[in-house]
Amino acid sequence: MLISFKGGIHPPENKGITEDIAFSNLSVPHLCYIPLQQHTGKPAKPVVQIGDSVLEGQLIGEADGFISANVHASVPGKVVEIQEYPTLNSKRDLCVVIEAEGAFSTFHENASQIEWEKLDKDEIVNEISNAGIVGLGGAAFPTAVKLSPPESKRIDTLIINGAECEPYLTVDDMLMQTFPREILEGIRITLKALGIERAYIGIENNKSKAIASIKRELSRMPLTETIEVSTLKTKYPQGAEKQLIYSILKREVPSGGLPMDTGIVVQNVGTIFAIREAIVLKKPLFERYITITGRITNKPGNYKIRIGTRISDLVEDCGGLKENPAKIIMGGPMCGISLDSMEIPVVKGTSGLLFLGRDEVALEDYHTCIRCGKCVSACPVNLLPNELGTAIEKNRMDIVEELHPFDCIMCGCCSYICPSKRPLSHFIKLAQEKLRKRK
Amino acid sequence: MTTEKNSKPELILSNPPHLRTDQSLRKIMWMVVIALLPATAYSVYLYGLKVLFPIITAIIAAVAAEALYQALMKKPVTVSDGSAVITGLLLAMNVPPDAPIWMIAIGSAFAIIIAKQLFGGLGFNIFNPALAARAFLIASWPVEMTARWHKFSATNVFSTDIINSCLSQKALEVVTQATPLAALKEAPAQLKEMYTPISCFYDLIFSTTSFKSLFIGNIGGCIGETSVLFLLIGGLFLLYKRVITWHIPVAFISTVAVFICIYYLLTDFPHPLKGTLYHILSGGLFLGAIFMATDMVTSPVTEKGMIIFGVGCGIITSVIRLWGGYPEGVSYSILLMNATVPLIDRYTKPRIFGEPES
Repeated sequence: MLISFKGGIHPPENKGITEDIAFSNLSVPHLCYIPLQQHTGKPAKPVVQIGDSVLEGQLIGEADGFISANVHASVPGKVVEIQEYPTLNSKRDLCVVIEAEGAFSTFHENASQIEWEKLDKDEIVNEISNAGIVGLGGAAFPTAVKLSPPESKRIDTLIINGAECEPYLTVDDMLMQTFPREILEGIRITLKALGIERAYIGIENNKSKAIASIKRELSRMPLTETIEVSTLKTKYPQGAEKQLIYSILKREVPSGGLPMDTGIVVQNVGTIFAIREAIVLKKPLFERYITITGRITNKPGNYKIRIGTRISDLVEDCGGLKENPAKIIMGGPMCGISLDSMEIPVVKGTSGLLFLGRDEVALEDYHTCIRCGKCVSACPVNLLPNELGTAIEKNRMDIVEELHPFDCIMCGCCSYICPSKRPLSHFIKLAQEKLRKRK
Repeated sequence: MTTEKNSKPELILSNPPHLRTDQSLRKIMWMVVIALLPATAYSVYLYGLKVLFPIITAIIAAVAAEALYQALMKKPVTVSDGSAVITGLLLAMNVPPDAPIWMIAIGSAFAIIIAKQLFGGLGFNIFNPALAARAFLIASWPVEMTARWHKFSATNVFSTDIINSCLSQKALEVVTQATPLAALKEAPAQLKEMYTPISCFYDLIFSTTSFKSLFIGNIGGCIGETSVLFLLIGGLFLLYKRVITWHIPVAFISTVAVFICIYYLLTDFPHPLKGTLYHILSGGLFLGAIFMATDMVTSPVTEKGMIIFGVGCGIITSVIRLWGGYPEGVSYSILLMNATVPLIDRYTKPRIFGEPES
């Protein structure tokens, strides 16, 4: 039976462009621009100097404080610059620039593997922290922190997010199709790190191959833990943490709370894969799989890339574009960030790159609200985006505060569905910032 | 405005989401117009081409009033969104076929300027503009609005059933001169004066051919309200296109059915079920429930609210029909319920995800 949540939308999926394309490697860039801030929290502190030679996977930035993450060299070579370069959100961040040279392939499947069963809970979390692993679904929250809930929170279930509800993106789908054994091993490692025995893998029912692949592997593997596949209804935002937890376990994360408040930790499939590599191969997070897609790309596909590769290098390496892009989106089209430059490097949290041509980008003025109520039906957290939007436009913050703006999960369903094309989620974000400043 | 900035390769920046539905304000409005076309076309078939005059006048007057008002107020002119066309068309469908043209033009101007623009324009009006105008016209020109119905011959409405009917020719005239609801409300008293047995009357108006006429629409009434069949076709189109949801029409019509049926059962009416069916198929119930009570601007936003709204419309319609001074109460019921929408919205706010049940 298909499980789901209330609300949501059905945008065109557009996954057909890349969903059957197996992973391939893109070449190593000549220059790698590795930002020291790729995660939620404080930026890492550089631990190398200009002129230093570094090995593939060597630590170049050290976590600064509890909520921070280590950063490693994606390529072996020489540090040629440490300075600010453009990154996401039109910001500039300190980047370590490495010119590639020297030997690769330190981390192999057939290299000596660690017997992780012998590690204890703290050792696993420690290794994950050392490897600089962050949430690879997009939020980039340091994973070791997520795996170390305070004593007061009793965790009983791990949920693996394989929903991949964003249109266009197929990287998680392909990971589950290609590496079911590795993912299951990663889940078992994560369960051990949490000291629990139960995990669900949530996958939308449009990914039948991924579901079959994981189920086949589950039936083969003798398990002491309980690991199950939960087939989810294909609906956006099925992969939003709170909605995923509700769909699978019918538990509601309290307003303003975190998944751990209901005894749950959620990890993305890609993060699980990275955890397994960090523990079994002792490989830090310096490369990842992403989807490069869009009608205007010459060779769309699912690729393994080195973190810190600039988009211009990636585009060149995968066959270029059919026309000048009107919009480049890092992540999926519902939650992703539009970029202002091709020189921005790919970071740990990049799940995909979407290139849109001029005719695929709507530039319309918005109109007044006609109270159709479509946003109210679509909102997965039951807000009244219509009333929020109108109150924000009138700058009536007193009304806005009563309408729970901080419960918004920024899924964008309201903006998507609005026939008056009102940028409702953007309005709500503005209101949040305004209210935060006031406090 | 979404923030847009052009940098070197002219990349467009905007906040997510970067995908938008292909549904738009304009598409919704024009789909409503399309959905009204079957019933409009039927009225042309029924009354002849002359009925195009009131229809076209109402639309032109509404569009002109909106354009003129917006131009004078130095606001952007938004007539191409189609909302004024709907208002004009709906108003025309809500007046008798022989209503004077000048009156219709005044009605359209009232709908747009007083009921819509003075409240702030599209999205801010409290009352359905076409219905507000209809109420204004009934109050100002009651004779033109309620006493000039198209006369259908009894053979047209009841077909062969009149041959078997025990009503005299004179009594038949009483039955067919008004709208079906007026006949049901007023004919019994008049027939009593003529010493005609009331059962003859009920046998005729509750005959199969009578119901057939009510369903297809070759009976007296406002221009666009009589054909249940063609209004239903338009309604199903709007449902399929997700312009409306089922909640208001179903709640509205079924409340009228339940209310009238209970009333007939309690008052020992001789044909409670047929009488209920007659009520459902008569008057402006389908036009109102499908096309006017569902007006997004003037109805609640939540599904729960929509059902409360529909039930309220149904109760008020039934009360007016059974006890009120008018034979029909659909338009007043919607107008009265329009006024309660802010209240309904306030008390049907959905529980925020993750908040405890209150």
